[in-house]
Amino acid sequence: MHSYDYALLLAFFALVLLPAPWLGRFYYKVMEGQRTWLSPLLGPVERGCYRLAGVDPATEQSWKTYALALLAFNLAGFGLLFAVLLLQGHLPLNPQHLPGQEWSLAFNTAVSFMTNTNWQSYSGEASLSYLSQMLGLTVQNFVSAATGLAVLVALCRGIARRSASTLGNFWVDMTRATLYGLLPLCLLLALLLVWQGVPQTFTDYVHALTLQGADQVIPLGPAASQIAIKQLGTNGGGFFGVNSAHPFENPSAWSNLFEVASIILIPVALVFTFGHYVKDLRQSRAIIACMLALFVIGGATALWSEYQPNPTLNSPLVEQTAPLEGKESRFGTTASVLWSVTTTAASNGSVNNMHDSLNPLSGMVALVNMMVGEVIFGGVGAGLYGMLLNVLIAVFLAGLMIGRTPEYLGKKLQAREVQLLVATLLVMPVGVLVLGALATSLPGPAAAVSNPGPHGFSQLLYAYTSASANNGSAFAGLGANTTFHNLMIGLGMLIGRFGYILPVLALAGSLALKKSAPVGQNSFPTHGPLFVTLLLVTILLIGGLTFLPALALGPVAEYLSLGL
Amino acid sequence: MTTLVRPALSLIVLMTLITGAVYPLVVTGVAQVAFPEQANGSLLRDDSGQVRGSRLLAQPFSGAGWFQPRPSAADYATVSSGASNLAPSNPALAKRVGEQAQALYVPAQGPVPLALLTTSGSGLDPHLPPAAVAYQLARVAAARQLPLPALQALVEQSTLHPLVGPPVVNILALNAALDQLAPASK
Repeated sequence: MHSYDYALLLAFFALVLLPAPWLGRFYYKVMEGQRTWLSPLLGPVERGCYRLAGVDPATEQSWKTYALALLAFNLAGFGLLFAVLLLQGHLPLNPQHLPGQEWSLAFNTAVSFMTNTNWQSYSGEASLSYLSQMLGLTVQNFVSAATGLAVLVALCRGIARRSASTLGNFWVDMTRATLYGLLPLCLLLALLLVWQGVPQTFTDYVHALTLQGADQVIPLGPAASQIAIKQLGTNGGGFFGVNSAHPFENPSAWSNLFEVASIILIPVALVFTFGHYVKDLRQSRAIIACMLALFVIGGATALWSEYQPNPTLNSPLVEQTAPLEGKESRFGTTASVLWSVTTTAASNGSVNNMHDSLNPLSGMVALVNMMVGEVIFGGVGAGLYGMLLNVLIAVFLAGLMIGRTPEYLGKKLQAREVQLLVATLLVMPVGVLVLGALATSLPGPAAAVSNPGPHGFSQLLYAYTSASANNGSAFAGLGANTTFHNLMIGLGMLIGRFGYILPVLALAGSLALKKSAPVGQNSFPTHGPLFVTLLLVTILLIGGLTFLPALALGPVAEYLSLGL
Repeated sequence: MTTLVRPALSLIVLMTLITGAVYPLVVTGVAQVAFPEQANGSLLRDDSGQVRGSRLLAQPFSGAGWFQPRPSAADYATVSSGASNLAPSNPALAKRVGEQAQALYVPAQGPVPLALLTTSGSGLDPHLPPAAVAYQLARVAAARQLPLPALQALVEQSTLHPLVGPPVVNILALNAALDQLAPASK
């Protein structure tokens, strides 16, 4: 590692941690409808939206109505996107005259963007019109992140409120999250990215005559505006096929720093938002500490692994340094690993290097980050509501150990809450192990792998983990654009999204109804180092027990066979 | 149910207008005024105004008189871009790297830098680390009949040192500058 590597790591942590307390408070004020400096500008837009949609912002919803509203809105978004993708050949803003997507691919893409996954079985520059990218994908990039944020604040209210039957209003939460929470930051990031070299134009692709006289087509488009939200909204779907490895999507070391920090900027801030809801910032600091510990353990392991030269390339003719296959020169090893760890810890899924070519243990860190359920900062909203589920499980385990009714912040956890928690524990095993086993054991689907040996299995394992965790990154050699994988990966994404959202809302509704018991001397404190350790162990144990056998067959077997 | 249908449909339409139309148009408007060069693809033009490429996208070069960029798994295709996605354990990777090393190896200069033997993530990596450029200096200088120090000075001028990333040389810009200095024999 050189001085610029340390400078990058320092700048990254400074950019995501320093603004978090301020930004977290801003999100609390915005979601609770308090006045901020953006209100004079965006207030009229917000009120106009409610008037046109026939929404009364003062009316609150029970958890069931909140969930139905969320499902109706997501269904409408899916329908619109599915139609745009199928029909793009007949729609305007299509300078390259690209045809519509095949139905199973359009289904996969529409589910993928609606669920904030952004798994991509297509290459943007070769198959999507400017209209599909803008009116179709960019919109879902915004509202899927806003949906995650809405579910999070519903859960926060459920924990904070006493004897309440409502959780807020989904229409209001979604609108505020989009307008105040995402748009202003995206405008700022998009312009920073254009300054660094990301295109933003509506002109046709340009034909160039190369220095040696060959023909070269230069793909363009409104890229910066979409890349900004794909990073900030933990979406991850690239404008170009190779995502943020593409020099137009991520032109320099500086654009790389801005993009990688944007991945977890909002998820880190939201932990403080939670602290404001429950009026106890010590809880936020404990959760941040646990997330940071998991992030640093994974990051350090992946960095160490990725600096090992590949032993199969050992020859006196070949320089023996950290592997560069699938990596860009302007990023090098450290920036590539930092991105891989961040994008899988948060459910972003954009890549600046090809995960298929990572050393086995660095690839395994990416897998583990997703397998623990995207709770290490995680997606916008989704990361923290996933983490709060783990917090409740840890509290339940602590309650079993000391023989008292478990309670979190004064709320007793009883049979119904524990049943709902267990339901969410089943999401990842079903999505990864059941669907993954199906894909691996059927000869047709299994033929999609492109690498021999254990790594081929890892490719399928990665695909179904990425889908169920709503991440969207891939071991991209996998030929996933088949009807089977398009439909099954689509199913995995739906299970991974709504398998969490519905129990979380039910849990929020159930917690909101409860009275709050005073936090007494006998309550188990949930902000000290003891609880952070218990939480850490809970997360690793649940993930470890479920996925260790699968990891042993994939990355661990590859690691041992390489003799690294 | 009707209480859900109207807000769902009107809000998806409103959000589509705001985030799918107004937002990209505002970004485009500001970008085209503030950074027109970058917003339109950082195009490289010759004296006659003909577009010769983009500073950000690699081009293939053949011949000893040009600096070679990173190898490309997609043969420098721009539509669509692509990577090899070869696993470190895939024998095809070791075979390809071994063959490429045989072709590039210069005994006096030691082992070939890995950047010249491995394909990039995008297949369009416009840069090389300085060491991978230095490995090609003697060959290019001989082919262009240039004194080595003049070429070294040109490379040093073209080297970028970002604070938060490794130093790199833009190969397309370097080759364009090289052709101004000493045109390649046609």
